[in-house]
Amino acid sequence: MDEIAHSPPHSKMIQGISGFWEVVIGVEVHAQVLSKSKLFSRASAAFGGQPNSHVSLIDAAMPGMLPVLNEACVSQAVRTGLGLKARINHRSVFERKHYFYPDLPQGYQISQHESPIIGEGHVIVDIPDGTSITVRIERIHLEQDAGKLIHDRYPSYSCLDMNRSGVALMEIVSRPDLRSAKDTKAYIGKLRTILRYLETCDGNMEQGSLRADVNLSVRRAGEPLGTRCEIKNLNSIRFIGQAIDYESRRQIAVLEENGTINQETRLFDSKTGETRPMRTKESVRDYRYFPDPDLLPLEISQAYIDEIASALPELPDEKKSRFMSDYGLKAYDASVLVADRNATFFFEEVAQGRDARMVANWIINELFGRLKKEALDITISPVSAYQLGSIIDLVVEEVISSKIAKDLFEIIWIEGGEPREVVEAHGLQQMTNTGEIEKIIDNVISANPDKMEKIKLKPAMIGWFVGQVIKKSGGKANPQIVDRILRKRFDFLPL
Amino acid sequence: MAVDGTTIRRIARLAHIAVTDEEVKRLEGELSLILQWCEQLDEVNTDDVPLMNAVIPMEMKRLPDVVDDSDLVSEILSNAPCSEGRFLLVPKVFG
Repeated sequence: MDEIAHSPPHSKMIQGISGFWEVVIGVEVHAQVLSKSKLFSRASAAFGGQPNSHVSLIDAAMPGMLPVLNEACVSQAVRTGLGLKARINHRSVFERKHYFYPDLPQGYQISQHESPIIGEGHVIVDIPDGTSITVRIERIHLEQDAGKLIHDRYPSYSCLDMNRSGVALMEIVSRPDLRSAKDTKAYIGKLRTILRYLETCDGNMEQGSLRADVNLSVRRAGEPLGTRCEIKNLNSIRFIGQAIDYESRRQIAVLEENGTINQETRLFDSKTGETRPMRTKESVRDYRYFPDPDLLPLEISQAYIDEIASALPELPDEKKSRFMSDYGLKAYDASVLVADRNATFFFEEVAQGRDARMVANWIINELFGRLKKEALDITISPVSAYQLGSIIDLVVEEVISSKIAKDLFEIIWIEGGEPREVVEAHGLQQMTNTGEIEKIIDNVISANPDKMEKIKLKPAMIGWFVGQVIKKSGGKANPQIVDRILRKRFDFLPL
Repeated sequence: MAVDGTTIRRIARLAHIAVTDEEVKRLEGELSLILQWCEQLDEVNTDDVPLMNAVIPMEMKRLPDVVDDSDLVSEILSNAPCSEGRFLLVPKVFG
């Protein structure tokens, strides 16, 4: 393993009793390949289904059945490799990885060991603190998923559902380039975004389409790498963060008491937030790999790779730069938008012929907030791109104030409708009639003689008057017009 | 290379096969012979010889991404020593 070139700033380190500790993290992500059928059989790879309904005789490991590779899984892996700027290996080999467990009917998993389909690549990860890091990818290989065991129905038996058995997974292995829970969460998030752009994995962690194993060790600054522990099968970004926080503090505590870290596999318990060692029986590491005699080496031509490369979509990093250069978005706004590919489609639809920064603000501050509150995806947003565009137009045309626009957004969200018509029907138009505004101003002035005295000494008080007038108008008075009329009235104010 | 009893027992344990002392003795001889036979190949220099996967050049077959195995649950369960409903029942490993 490569020695790590950089040492992080103290802000990324953990302070123990004896000083600062650096946490060194590498991640193995298991991403389920988006395909209709399984890696080596024609059974459905869809999530769910009646128990044992998506199982072919190959998946059940009936004697004499032979695996045949699914073409789509190969092209999906190549697509993923290209998306992660990785080397595609023209020749790779499927091997048998042997272990005995009731969820594995074959007694071995078909995987890739010495010759994986994808070699080194990298992912650029934006950290919430504004910096960015490059995480190197060591390899990606194709392998079969195992079945699912249900333990809680019988005291001495487990129920086996083989629907997942044989579904194609990509194992994406990173170098130990991560230094904190924050880094790692951002890395997984970015990886998931890229996979979703590529449409090679749906990234759905609740359904287990994306799981992570975290390798973690700690060391004092400048020391060689410490002994690592592997935390298995983390299925949410939040759990990944919790597991890393717990495990790094555990290792530091052991080392500060002059103990030693055992290289072991640990499980994260989401109820207690702790990690605990797996039984050694479950972590025996003698897999006796050898090339699967049922399968020839996988040969991929350059023409095949080029064809897939020519059909790659615009990826998040490229889209982010384009949003900054073509639409003039700030880096932060652009990165928030590109994190969700469907949001970028929504944005571009609304931004057509409109002030893009204003559109980005509306989507990020109003729409995202509202969607998050109701746990909705942007593809089923109750306010459509067309409706949001109309709301923004009404603000730009000064038909409604920005404050009223937020109320209008809420009405459209709940009741739907054509924004222009809703504005008319609800009488939300901005008050631009100076006569009406003058009347409100008269009322505010006569009701507040004390404030009239104050403003003569303190010109900034005009803000209070503007606020009062807008409030009295039900938010409909145009603030610029109010300000203009007030300044005319208060001719004693400096300009 | 000679295979001793300890190695035989380790291999048997990894393969989940029970072996008696008698079988260990017999397997020591048999496995050692097989390995010695393979060791004859060491006499040939194979440094620049690529691994041979097939006698005639063949490319691995790939099938299009189509679902065409319908629900086979009765066939799947027919060989199972123990099943209930749509599930295979297996002895609990832990818990």
